[in-house]
This record gives sequence, structure tokens and C-alpha cells, in this order.
Amino acid sequence: MNPGALAVAASVRSGERRARAVVEETLEAIAARDPGLHAFLHVAGDQALEAAAAVDRAVEEGRDPGPLAGVPVALKDNICTRGVPTTCASRILEGWLPPYDATVVTRLRDAGAVVVGKTNLDEFAMGSSTENSSRGPTRHPMDPTRVPGGSSGGSAAAVGAGLVPLALGSDTGGSVRQPAALCGTVGMKPTYGLVSRYGLVAFASSLDQIGPIARSVGDAAALFEVIAGHDPLDSTSLDAPAPSVSQVLDAGVEGMRVGLVAELVDGTAPDVARRVRAAAGALAGAGAVVDDVTVPEMRFGLSAYYLIAPAEASSNLARYDGVRYGLRVDAPDVAAMNTATRTAGFGPEVKRRIMLGTYALSAGYYDAYYGKAQRVRTLMIRAFDRAYERFDVLLGATAPTTAFRLGERTDDPLAMYMSDVCTIPSNLSGHPAISVPFGAGDDGLPVGVQVLAPARGEEQLFRAAAVLERAAGEVRS
Amino acid sequence: MSGGLVSGGLVSGGLVNGASGTGPGWEVVVGLEVHCELRTRTKLFCGCVNAFGDEPNTNICPVCLGLPGSLPVLNERAVELAMRIGAALHCEVRPSAFHRKNYFYPDMPKDYQISQYDEPINVGGWLDLPDGSRVGIVRAHLEEDTGKTTHQGASGRIHAADYALVDYNRAGVPLVEIVSEPDIRSAAQARLYVTELQGVLVATGASDGKMEEGSLRVDANVSVRRRAPDPAGAEGSPAPFGTRCEIKNLNSLRSLGRAIDYEAARQAALLESGGTVVQETRHWDEDAGRTVPLRSKEEAFDYRYFPEPDLVPLAPDAAWQARAAAEVGLLPSARRARLAELLGTAPAPQQLEQVGVLVGQGLDELVVAAVGRGAPAELALVRAANELAADLDAARALDVGAFASLVAMEAEGALTATQAKQVLRELLAAGGGDPARIAAEKGFEALSGGALAAAVREAVEANPEEWARFSAGEDKLAGFFTGQVMRATAGKADGKAVAAELRRLRAAPAGPEGPGRSEQP
Repeated sequence: MNPGALAVAASVRSGERRARAVVEETLEAIAARDPGLHAFLHVAGDQALEAAAAVDRAVEEGRDPGPLAGVPVALKDNICTRGVPTTCASRILEGWLPPYDATVVTRLRDAGAVVVGKTNLDEFAMGSSTENSSRGPTRHPMDPTRVPGGSSGGSAAAVGAGLVPLALGSDTGGSVRQPAALCGTVGMKPTYGLVSRYGLVAFASSLDQIGPIARSVGDAAALFEVIAGHDPLDSTSLDAPAPSVSQVLDAGVEGMRVGLVAELVDGTAPDVARRVRAAAGALAGAGAVVDDVTVPEMRFGLSAYYLIAPAEASSNLARYDGVRYGLRVDAPDVAAMNTATRTAGFGPEVKRRIMLGTYALSAGYYDAYYGKAQRVRTLMIRAFDRAYERFDVLLGATAPTTAFRLGERTDDPLAMYMSDVCTIPSNLSGHPAISVPFGAGDDGLPVGVQVLAPARGEEQLFRAAAVLERAAGEVRS
Repeated sequence: MSGGLVSGGLVSGGLVNGASGTGPGWEVVVGLEVHCELRTRTKLFCGCVNAFGDEPNTNICPVCLGLPGSLPVLNERAVELAMRIGAALHCEVRPSAFHRKNYFYPDMPKDYQISQYDEPINVGGWLDLPDGSRVGIVRAHLEEDTGKTTHQGASGRIHAADYALVDYNRAGVPLVEIVSEPDIRSAAQARLYVTELQGVLVATGASDGKMEEGSLRVDANVSVRRRAPDPAGAEGSPAPFGTRCEIKNLNSLRSLGRAIDYEAARQAALLESGGTVVQETRHWDEDAGRTVPLRSKEEAFDYRYFPEPDLVPLAPDAAWQARAAAEVGLLPSARRARLAELLGTAPAPQQLEQVGVLVGQGLDELVVAAVGRGAPAELALVRAANELAADLDAARALDVGAFASLVAMEAEGALTATQAKQVLRELLAAGGGDPARIAAEKGFEALSGGALAAAVREAVEANPEEWARFSAGEDKLAGFFTGQVMRATAGKADGKAVAAELRRLRAAPAGPEGPGRSEQP
């Protein structure tokens, strides 16, 4: 198993290890083990070795190589990389080479991190198992008959399998936290607006947020700090300094008020619910004040989400029309070409959501669907606000179950949608949340517990997460 | 349809039916949507240059091409110019938001247009026209332009095209769409409204007002209704509005006027014959001089508007609004008054029309400045309205001193009108220069009185038959003699002076040197 990101960066910065050696080792591991896992859609070997060489030169010349010097990072394949394929696991973007880097990619490069490749996902991030990929599913790193979760399943599996210490995913309804939980890794969704979306291929713009996946809370904190911060290229980017979280990881939770959310425990599998209660106990043991709380509005989350997200998606995905880039299926006129291209280019789940969203925005239906869903969203935010009058953080499960079997939910979209029931509320409210591994379920597969915090509450989020991580380690050993 | 063009005079009445052929029983009701490209340095949502006429697809980037992952960032300057327009049109600036207008079209990179929907930046307002009428403004909102599609093929027409090329330089160029109330009652008034609006937009600095380059584009909503039986005593409520049709592709004032007249006549004829008007979008075919159906209400797009999640609400504070309003220049009404004042007490109707044209094109400053430097107002107005207006870009760059000197030279008789126009062309091409030097280089010098009289006499003597007819009252032969004299003097003679000399000779009693002596018995 690879050492953590911070350990790698420390060794590269001190000159003890060369970035090139780190990256070569990573590329060898991917070549050897990814064929069985299928976490990667594209490995950018040459570019990675070049970037590593640049880091090594900086170290040799005495320049600061950055806080993540030489650390291999995998990117979900909906994050634009200049000159490197970015497909969103969709046929419709096959062959497209972005002419620009996403802001997070620029920030990673500036921090000395090395992008080694692009990871698998549900097409356009629509799914919870990475089975909706035009290139075939990713498998769970501990059990190849199971899914890694999704939609950032490739990133979570790559980190979970130890191929890379860090990866980025995107979280629209739980797509970072849910696969992170299923793969036994740490996954975090920042406050909406803290991480630039510039260069993240949009699924549902008002919900999308890029987040880190790592093997430890400390590594996740380091990656979060690198990617967070104001970006003038994203109008929804918060014009305020990003919270610095690394320095509070050892602050503990003495006196922290923790609300155990009934809606995020009831209805989860019994073994998952047990782990969540154990986590509450661990926080209490570390000095937190834990109490039960109900946030009934959370029950409407899934319904509101499946109107808002498809509505925005139906508009965001209109541009894939065969005119300018990506797939084009020729036809006698433009309208026929659009139809033929989109029919051939999109998979069934993407088509389903485009149709749902188009319907929800149609004249005469807007108020009943999209308008009402937005009002539910407002209710949800108010409900969270009320809860945060009493609590500093909230606690619950990340996903209702441990990793499920390949094909188990593919024929039942609603069952699949339920995988995100615990994570969706934070996307609707725009609040941060983190999933931390906390032991295993009855099947021996990882269980993640979720900490939720109010907007820009990343400090208390990471403090609680760090305590849970230490407690989980003690449980395991 | 007879003479669809209603003269766009400044003084036409509000209920002109003109030559539209709608018959006296019908009143046309028009509302206009004017799209104005804002004169910003960069586009509405990205840093690409906003320029007309550049090599296709050179002013583009991931944002205005709508590449996956790109995001819009609002151009503050565009907001500022939109607020200036709002201030000039007496609108209220409100907190506003952007929406997405979703429909598929190849020249729209994202297959949605970012526009303002139910929360526009400018609401309410009005525009007063030189004929004394007032047209209400519903709204003036911000939106992005699309790319430009060129259909390629034998005929150049959409339906016969082999393929199409798209230039995305225009994609993302900032527009303000100005929507009028349906207050317009004739083609002439519609033309007047657009001309006046053009002047307002130029005055605000928001637009260059060039319809021919597409900086200003007009759609017209046209309907007809029965005129009240006795308009004079029309105290009762007017007939409700008829079903309207939206006319697109109106690229000039001429098209606008012709299209409204045609459409009003079409609708009136349809109703007269017992038919009904179907709400639809129609396309103006300039060559054929008629409107043709584009799509019916049933075929209309469902734009599925929803709030643009990539942008935040826009709420300019009072200070910013005030700064924008303070930047609005002198408006056309004030500028017309200033120019008319220079012409003296009672300007002729034709002069007033020229004043209107110059103000609309923003050339009035030049005339006022030239008069300030001693050029006679009347002649400065004529040269500006005729020669300068024909070459706007050059005219706007023309040196005032050079223009003033030229006009003065012509007024003093140092140059003939023909010569003055030639020298002016040179000045325009060079952006300025010394008119006297150019005239000298060209060998222009007005003929002395004696030389002119001699040239006229020669022409008369060489054409005795024509002279006899002219003497007998066939006035049109004056042109013949002027032509002869012009040829003989290589254009140096002043046409008016020649005409005066001809009249003098005809009126003079036949003397020994008089023409036509041989005709005497």
C-alpha cells in the first residue's frame, strides 16, 4: 500500500525521493492492477513523467515545489485537462481534447501534484455505481463482484486500491461521499462555492461541487486546501479565503455539539446504523455533546433533487449536438443530425434524466415541478439552519448500505436513486459534508459515517472527522 | 401593393395610413423589439474581443464556444451601458437575474441563450418622438448574441443550401433588447421610433447604431384592428388588439416600413375576406417584398426558461446607477434643437429631416463644431447630410477644421458644389487635410465671372436651335446648356452661376451681341 499523500510530499520536498520515481511506481501499479479494477479511463503517463521531472527540477534548484510536491493525483474524467481526453464516460465526448485546464487542475499543478490519469464515472456523473459508464463498470477494490459506488467510483476505487494517494471527484448528490464510503476512503463535499467549478463538466450546476478523496482525513484536508479558494472564472465562487483546516485536525471535539440525525440513520441497513451509533459514541467519548435530532424535511430531499438535477442537466447537456466537438452522426439536415448524434451518444440513464428534466421545465409544468422543488430546497435550508442553532455538526450514515453487487440495482432506477438518500440534503443546502470510514458491515465491507456542517463550517467538519478517524483506527486494532 | 414606402418625415401624423393599402377602416398596431449590440471592448460573459468584421472564429474561447466545463462571468461594462440606456429611456433599474432560454440552433454554442426573463434590468419608460408622439417602453434587458450562420450553396437561400458555416465571433456579444409597448400606429411612426432610438443609443455611448452591420436589429409585432367609426369623437374604448404576427429579418428602416405596410395590408385583406389572422412568426423577404410564414404558435419553441445557475443575481447599487445615468450624453431631442437653432428662425421641412438624420447618426457634433469655426450652417448641414452620412466611419473620424474650411470655401464661391464634393471625398479618405491645398492640386478654381459669361456665350452661339427653344420657354434646355458649359470648362463652372447667366441672357433685349440675332427677320 502506498504511503499517504503528505508522506510522499514530505519525502519529495526533502529530496529523499524523486517525484519521477514516485510517479513511475504509480504508473507501474496502475498498469499491473487497473485491468482488473478499471478505475482509469485514461492514463496520462508521458505528461505525468514530465510534470514529475519539473517538480524534481524545482527541488534541485531550491525552489518551493509546492505542498503536494510529487504526489500522484487521479481526476474524475469530467474535470477538464488540457490536451488530455475528457470524456465524462460518454460516447458523445469521445475524441474531444479540452483546450484548457480546469481551475482545480491548475491549482494542483501549482501545488506540485502530478496528474496521472482520468478515472471512470457514471456517464456525466449520473449514477451511484459507476455502471452507467460507456466504457464499462469499475469494480470494488476489495470485491470484484461489487460496485465501488458512484458516480466518482473510479476515483474512489483508485484511492481505495492504493493506486494513488489522492483523487478528485465531483459531488452533485453524493457522488464523492457515497463511493468514498463504499471503498473505505475519506470523501468530502465542500461548501458550494468554495471550490471553483470552472472546467468541471456541468451536470447540475447549482449542486455540483468538486471534492477530495483520500486515504486519510489529513490528506483530504491537504487536498481541499489546495483546490479551495476564490476563482474569478466562476461567478458562484465565494469571494472569501478558504478555511484552513489542516491546522485544526488535532483540536479534538471537546464540547462540540453533535446532532445524530434520525433521518440519516433510520432506514439504513442495521449494520450501517450500528456503525453510525458507534461513531456517535466515539465522539461523545472524545468530549462531544451528542444528542438526537430529526430533520423531517430531509425526507423530501430525493424528490426535489430528482427534479432540480435533471432540469439543470437537460439544459447543460443540450450543447452536445454534434455541431462543434465530440461525436457527430451525419444526417440529411441539422435537426436530424442533432437527433442521431444524441441518440447514439448518450446512454439510457442520461437520456432518462434529460427527458425528466425537459418535462419538469416545460411550459405549464414548471411551477408544479421545478418551482416546487426549489421551494422544497428553501425549506431544507431553513430546516438545516434550525438544526445548526442547536448543533455544531450533524452525524449520520453516508450510504444506506455497504457496496452492492454489480447489476443488483441497474434494472431499478428508483432503488439506485435511493443510494444517495443520505447525501443529497447537503447538495440541496449547499453545505459541506465528509464521509469517514468507520469499520465494516456484516459483509466485511467498509462503512462510512457522514459528518455535516453549516456553510463554511469546514473547520468543525474536519475536527470531528479527525476524531472519528482516530477512533476507527482504535476500533480496528 | 402600391408604393409601400411611407416617407419617414419628421412631421407625419400618428395615425398615418400612408400607402399601405389597408383601407381607411383599419388601424395598424405595432410593437417593436430592437436588439442593440453594446459597444463594449469584450463580450458579455468572457474576455474575447467584441468586434465586427474580423476573420471568422478568431474572437472565441472556451466560454463563448460553450465548451464543456466553461462558465460565464458577467461583463460590468455591459451592465453599465444597459443602465445608461435605461436612464435615457426613463426606465426604472431593478434588481435582475439571468435565465436560460433553451432551444437548439447550430449558431448558439450552448444550445441555450443566457437572457433576462421575468426580472429584467430596466423596466417601464418611454421614448418621445419628434412628431410629438410618445412610445412606451416595456423593458430593456441584457442578453447574449448568437453566432452567425451563413448558408452555402448555389442560391444562398436557407432551403437550397448545401451546407452552412457558423462564425462564433458574434456569439456572446452583449445585447440590450428594447421592447416597446404596442403604441405605434404606422410604418412611418415605426421608422421614426427606430431612428430616434438609434440616436438615443448613440448618445448613451452604448451603440454605434449601425443597422447595416447588424448592431441594431428590429423585430416587429404587427396587428390590425377596425378603426373607430368617428375618430374625432372617439370617447368610447378602442377596439381590442387583433391577433399579431411577429416579423423577423428587418435589416433596414426601408425593410421595416415596407414590411409593416405589407403585413398590415395582408392582415386587413384577410379579415375583409372573412378570414382570421393566425398568430405566427413571419419572415420578411426583401426581394419579393412580402412576409412569409416561419413558424406558427403551435410550432413555437417552448424555451423552458429557468434561472441561470451559473450566474448570481444582479443588483446595482444606487451609486452605480447614478454614475451610469450621469454618463448619458446629450439626447437627440436636445441635439436637434441645438442644430435647428443654428439654421435660424424657420428651418425648411427638408432641413429638419436632414437634422434628424444627422442626429440619428451622431454627425451633428461635427456640424455644430464646423459652424463654430465659421462655416455657414445651411451648407454645412447639406454637405453633412449628403456626403458625410454616406461614409459614416470616415465622417466620424473627420477633422472638424478641414470640414469647416471646405464648407467656407464652397460658400465663398471658391469651389463649385461638384468640386467641393470631390475635395470632401479626399478629406474623408485621409481623415482630414488642407482643402485649399487639395483644391489647388486638382486644379480647382472657380471661373471668374467674365470667363463664365464667355463660356456660356460660346455654348449659346454654338447651339442656335436649342437656344431658340430655350428662349421660347423650354426651360429644361437649361440643363443642356449647363452640360455644354461644364464640358467646355472641365467642370470648373458653378452650375447655379451658369443657370443665372442663361436666365440673364434670355431676359436681356436682343442687342448686336445678343444671341438669336440671325433669327430676326
